[in-house]
Amino acid sequence: MTTEAPVLLSREHFDALLAALAKRGYTVVGPTVRDGTIVYDEIGRPEELPVGWTDEQEGGHYRLKRREDEALFGYVVGPQSWKKYLHPPRLRLVKAERDGDGALVFTDGDEAEPPRYAFLGMRSCELHAMTIQDRVFLGGAAADSHYERRRKRVFSIGVSCGEAGGTCFCASMNTGPAVTDRTPHDLALTEVIDSGRHFFVVAAGSDEGREVLAELPVTPAGDGDVAAAKERVDRAAASMGRSLNAEGVRELLRENLEHPRWDDVAQRCLTCANCTMVCPTCFCTTVEDVTDLTGDHAERWRRWDSCFTMDFTWMHGGGARQSAKSRYRQWLTHKLSTWHDQFDSSGCVGCGRCVSWCPVGIDLTEEIAAIRDSEPPAQPDES
Amino acid sequence: MSTATEKPKLAVWKFASCDGCQLSLLDCEDELLAVADAIEIANFAEATRRVVDGPYELSLVEGSITTAHDAERIRQVRAQSKFLVTIGACATAGGIQALRNWRDVAEMASVVYASPEVLETLATSTPISDHVPVDFELRGCPVNKKQLVEVVLAFLHRRKPLVSAHSVCLECKLRGNPCVMVAHGAPCLGPVTQAGCGAICPAYNRACFGCYGPMESPNTAALSAQWSAMGVPDRDIMRAYRSYNGYASPFREESDKHDH
Repeated sequence: MTTEAPVLLSREHFDALLAALAKRGYTVVGPTVRDGTIVYDEIGRPEELPVGWTDEQEGGHYRLKRREDEALFGYVVGPQSWKKYLHPPRLRLVKAERDGDGALVFTDGDEAEPPRYAFLGMRSCELHAMTIQDRVFLGGAAADSHYERRRKRVFSIGVSCGEAGGTCFCASMNTGPAVTDRTPHDLALTEVIDSGRHFFVVAAGSDEGREVLAELPVTPAGDGDVAAAKERVDRAAASMGRSLNAEGVRELLRENLEHPRWDDVAQRCLTCANCTMVCPTCFCTTVEDVTDLTGDHAERWRRWDSCFTMDFTWMHGGGARQSAKSRYRQWLTHKLSTWHDQFDSSGCVGCGRCVSWCPVGIDLTEEIAAIRDSEPPAQPDES
Repeated sequence: MSTATEKPKLAVWKFASCDGCQLSLLDCEDELLAVADAIEIANFAEATRRVVDGPYELSLVEGSITTAHDAERIRQVRAQSKFLVTIGACATAGGIQALRNWRDVAEMASVVYASPEVLETLATSTPISDHVPVDFELRGCPVNKKQLVEVVLAFLHRRKPLVSAHSVCLECKLRGNPCVMVAHGAPCLGPVTQAGCGAICPAYNRACFGCYGPMESPNTAALSAQWSAMGVPDRDIMRAYRSYNGYASPFREESDKHDH
């Protein structure tokens, strides 16, 4: 728990954080610029972060822009999410070999020890997304050992957002922009650039976080510094590019499965699956078996799949959800309504990725608003 | 009835095409010897002059039908083949040469050839499936060699080929490619194009050209509307759809909508 007073880490000493994590055996991954976007990759030096960059986001639109300062975290979330490390896009599950006597020998396909990752720069929405995936993968009868092996080794460094993006709506979903004790984390940072000073207000969120903090050249944070950090995060909360009225949305969708808006959005939906790929909580996979030419070696692979593909619901005779309407409705109702039934929370953290990375800019906040704002549908017993 | 020691016979047939898909089979350098070990390559002009008579277990057919002679020849191929698999955009959609289907072939021939009367050609280029039943269509211009080996293996082992019909977008995301349409404003056919190439072009910051043809549920109208909003002129939209797979119905119909 974050109980101690926050401390101050200057920008000049930021590399000490990376050094302390490396010394503990962590592979630090964080945001970096690639091909005109901010992706997640290994970070060796602070200069490999998107220094002085920000992102402009709208429905179906993403561009990097230069900032007027040298902020390390002056942007929001990009096309990738941390799930690519915890729930890899492709994962070999099983290997099978035919031995000399013709018998099949099965071995673990995911045998390599995963790196110990330090996730640098997790936004509050992303910490919430990881917590949601924890509920999906770590609990119950369907617990996923592949996820668990990776997840339990993670050191998480949250960053509270000082600015909101054009498609952000975490404030609506109560998942940000401040990193709080509502989600487990090891360290929480807030970046401040003010009057020629560039520093981070840092608080530990775990015992290991406290240990790391003790190794850094930090100084006590003044009241003014803490207030400056809070003021930035409050400003971000007040400047969300989108909003979604989440009140009763679970029931709203459940009661509007035949709403005409589904036909409307189906006209625009490409069924390309991008929204599910970029979503930090979507977790669906398919399993594929491959054999070599001799037939003596086979492998079973798991890869990300999507409720937007036809194969996803393939049964004898074809896919169960033939229309774009049924597939979009499945995705949105699962995300915002039946997720509650299944995992006791919403599946949406308001990160806005599905809005920005939809090639045609379909915006779930607009779709929800359209359903909510329409005339109440006729009740079946009234017709 | 073949004996247990006889290897199944594979034949490769060429119709109107550039040979690129056949070369994909030759390009399977590491796998080719193992393929040759598992099957008898009974007819493959790009690889060997030796021809073994049919019938054949599996025929791979490259190319489209553009002559009356070929329209008859494909029937003979079908009659000799237990399974017939078409490979590539020409065989599955008519290929780039199907652009003739929008033109007057006699007029083009008179412009191009000194003695057009010696040509014996049909007015159209059509996919193999317009002429004979096809057991499986492998997309691509050219086909992906890994998918080609997978299809051959699947038919030899009597299982369903592991070939997905979803969009290229899914492959982009699996590979970690940033979206060239959203991040760079590039008019990309990926959202309406079938996967299989591994999202090669977007990996090099190029928009998808649609080499693998329409995906399983292509919403071409919605994609075109977005391209128009991005400032792409109708003529360019028409041309984008009307390329290697231009004669595949969803692309053909969308291209016609922008042909003014």
